[in-house]
Amino acid sequence: MNVTKRIWVRSALGAAALTAMLGTAWAQGQPVKIGLLATLEGPFAAGGADGMRGAELAVKERGGVVAGRKIEVIKASSDAKPDVAVNSTRKLVEQDKVDIMVGPLSGGEGIAVKDYSKTQPQVTFINGGSGAQATTLVNPSPNFFRFNTEGGQWMVGLGKAALAKGYKKTMVIAEDYAFPYSQVQGFMSEYCRLGGKVPEKAWVPLGGKDYSSVIAKIPKDVDALLVVLGGADAVNFLNQYEASGGDKPILGGSITVSQDVLNYRGKRRDSLVGTLSAGPLADSYDGAGWKAFVADYQKTYPVSAGGFPSPSLFAYVYYVNMKAALDGLAAVNGDLSNNQAKYREALSKMVLKTPNGDVRLDANRQAIGTTFVTEVVKDAQGNLFNKVHSKVDNVEQMLGMKKEDFKMGSRDVPACP
Amino acid sequence: MSASQWRRAMNSGASAAFKTMPAASARTSGAAGASATPVTETVPRLEALRRAVSLRHVVVLACLLVFPFVATPFITFQVASQALVLGLIALSLTFLGGYGGMISLAQMTVAGMAGYALAVLGSSSAAEISLGWPWWAAIPVALLICALAATLIGWLSVRTEGIYTIMITLAIGVAFYYLVLQNYSVFNGFQGLREIYPPKVLGIAWRDPLPFYFLTLVCALAGYGVVRWVVRAPFGIALQGIRDNPRRMNALGFHVVAHRVAAYALAGVIAAVGGILFAWYNGLVTPGSVSMSWLINILVIAVLGGMKHPLGAFLGAIVFVLLQTFAIDLIDRERFNLVIGGVFLAIVLFSPDGLLGLWEKLRLRLASRRSLSSNQRRQK
Repeated sequence: MNVTKRIWVRSALGAAALTAMLGTAWAQGQPVKIGLLATLEGPFAAGGADGMRGAELAVKERGGVVAGRKIEVIKASSDAKPDVAVNSTRKLVEQDKVDIMVGPLSGGEGIAVKDYSKTQPQVTFINGGSGAQATTLVNPSPNFFRFNTEGGQWMVGLGKAALAKGYKKTMVIAEDYAFPYSQVQGFMSEYCRLGGKVPEKAWVPLGGKDYSSVIAKIPKDVDALLVVLGGADAVNFLNQYEASGGDKPILGGSITVSQDVLNYRGKRRDSLVGTLSAGPLADSYDGAGWKAFVADYQKTYPVSAGGFPSPSLFAYVYYVNMKAALDGLAAVNGDLSNNQAKYREALSKMVLKTPNGDVRLDANRQAIGTTFVTEVVKDAQGNLFNKVHSKVDNVEQMLGMKKEDFKMGSRDVPACP
Repeated sequence: MSASQWRRAMNSGASAAFKTMPAASARTSGAAGASATPVTETVPRLEALRRAVSLRHVVVLACLLVFPFVATPFITFQVASQALVLGLIALSLTFLGGYGGMISLAQMTVAGMAGYALAVLGSSSAAEISLGWPWWAAIPVALLICALAATLIGWLSVRTEGIYTIMITLAIGVAFYYLVLQNYSVFNGFQGLREIYPPKVLGIAWRDPLPFYFLTLVCALAGYGVVRWVVRAPFGIALQGIRDNPRRMNALGFHVVAHRVAAYALAGVIAAVGGILFAWYNGLVTPGSVSMSWLINILVIAVLGGMKHPLGAFLGAIVFVLLQTFAIDLIDRERFNLVIGGVFLAIVLFSPDGLLGLWEKLRLRLASRRSLSSNQRRQK
């Protein structure tokens, strides 16, 4: 008894010593250090893991070397909560001393990390997947860059497509935080301008399980539902809506019908066929750059190794942002001196070649890029995928409005009951 | 008389006693402020102080003071300060649980209320919600609100025992979580309130690592001191008596409910101080800060450290924060929560009294080699 106890104590001490050694053995060499933050826990865990894959793909394309320097990626995780995201970012920046920071994934996190970036002027922050408007619109930070278009921009074109399908009245069901506000605004600003009506909006908590009260509130006379829910929430809602006998056509937000939702193996997944949605990517887009990107993703992350059949939105936006970080480094030949001034100038002026066309930045360091309107179809193998319905180029953050007319999306803005 | 009759008699006596509670709690809260206590005689007090402070106290204090000058700003801020803040919140639970026998899961809720109260009364990113009071008005009112809320929570839950106390405080905590999640007029919903920073007082930016460390250190030491002092004061002794045998204490003429509620109020103030510091530390307060996972994290910290001594809360917080911060470096990025869970499990498995119990075991083993009568040293 005593002997086993002693062995336990000794092995515990040994483990503690090993921990301490590992702790001190962090690399101190010449490579350029890039911090990578995504949600590996919480509601977006699947999307976060795919975001990491996308970023790794961009590193792999360069063979792990940029401007003669080795790329060292240090990863961190959050659970979609802003305080956790800032803690993880702070660890990467202050403890691991990264030169460039890529992340985070979700809207509220993005705003919090942008706030934090102001206190760390020596590091360049590049967004990961977060798509809240306020990140680059309200008090933008001079060292925070976003090479992906955001939630509002992703929905441009959907309003027009919905009216073309004859949906004159639409109810909005969306999660209650910054990113869906932007998405709803992107949809409604166009939809309302062209004569559509949104009589009812239901804002539901993130990570909700029970949608019965929302489903009961759906008016009889609406033609369609705009569902802006992500990951598990979307799957939960669709299941419950089907089970309660609902049959209204669905318009999806950009993360509602992303690959991680289409990939869900529930019995009701066929109900998604025919769904219109909009976003920065389309699985079946036949641009050469996109096809090469998808082929590369599928080769590197086969389904058997945990990858999705086609890269998800998060994989794509993380890829784009990581690519921007590396292209910028290559452009200045790895020169990060003088508080990264040259590097940041290169980023601001860069025309980034993405799989879906060129991306430029505006004065707030926010991307101007392409949006696709897509429709869900089923292929011969039974996989669901997004077919291109239409494509809108050069979508900017003001959604075509003048700066003084533009109001940030919120629960009540815009409105057209 | 049957047990149920006894119980009823006790409860009715207790509820009668409750009517006198405001007076009782006023007395105890007065006693908690050291300046309010009448100074009896200075010389015996100094003598008592000298006896209470031993060499190891001085050594630990010196280490704490030197620490931030040796460690990196990151370690000072994210590890040490965060551990002190979380330790302070867990301390309120240690006090309730260890000395009052009441496990409340709502301590993080009270801390979150303090953060929200500060954000709403003071300044935050949501200009249409925050009232913009100066800090010297906002902080005391926030503390007062939390003391009242904690009293209310205590009043609701003291009539229950054991697992029912856990259930009722959990229910309160979850209710508050959903309130702040879904209310937009005061709490700003899912996004919460951002840009909550400490005021610039005496020209010092209190959120910089060094000043913030000392701010949290002073608060943590004060909390520790208050708890150490209260548990030796008549109120604390009575509380421990109530923990061990409420029926007998009731028979002796102590107001069981009043003592318990007062303990909740005191623990509420400690948690509220921690909550304000935590809001400053994060710079924001969101429903995530009062979510289920945080309610349980505080319990984990308290149990991890050990509930038998106020020091346990801080030890538990240090281990917790170190794991949260560095576990991801030790193992595959998708599995790091396994390390955290594994360590917690190991500690609880090998030492039911947490880290303090582990320390006690070690000391006992070392001491027993020197002398056989060392058992007496354990008595406090």
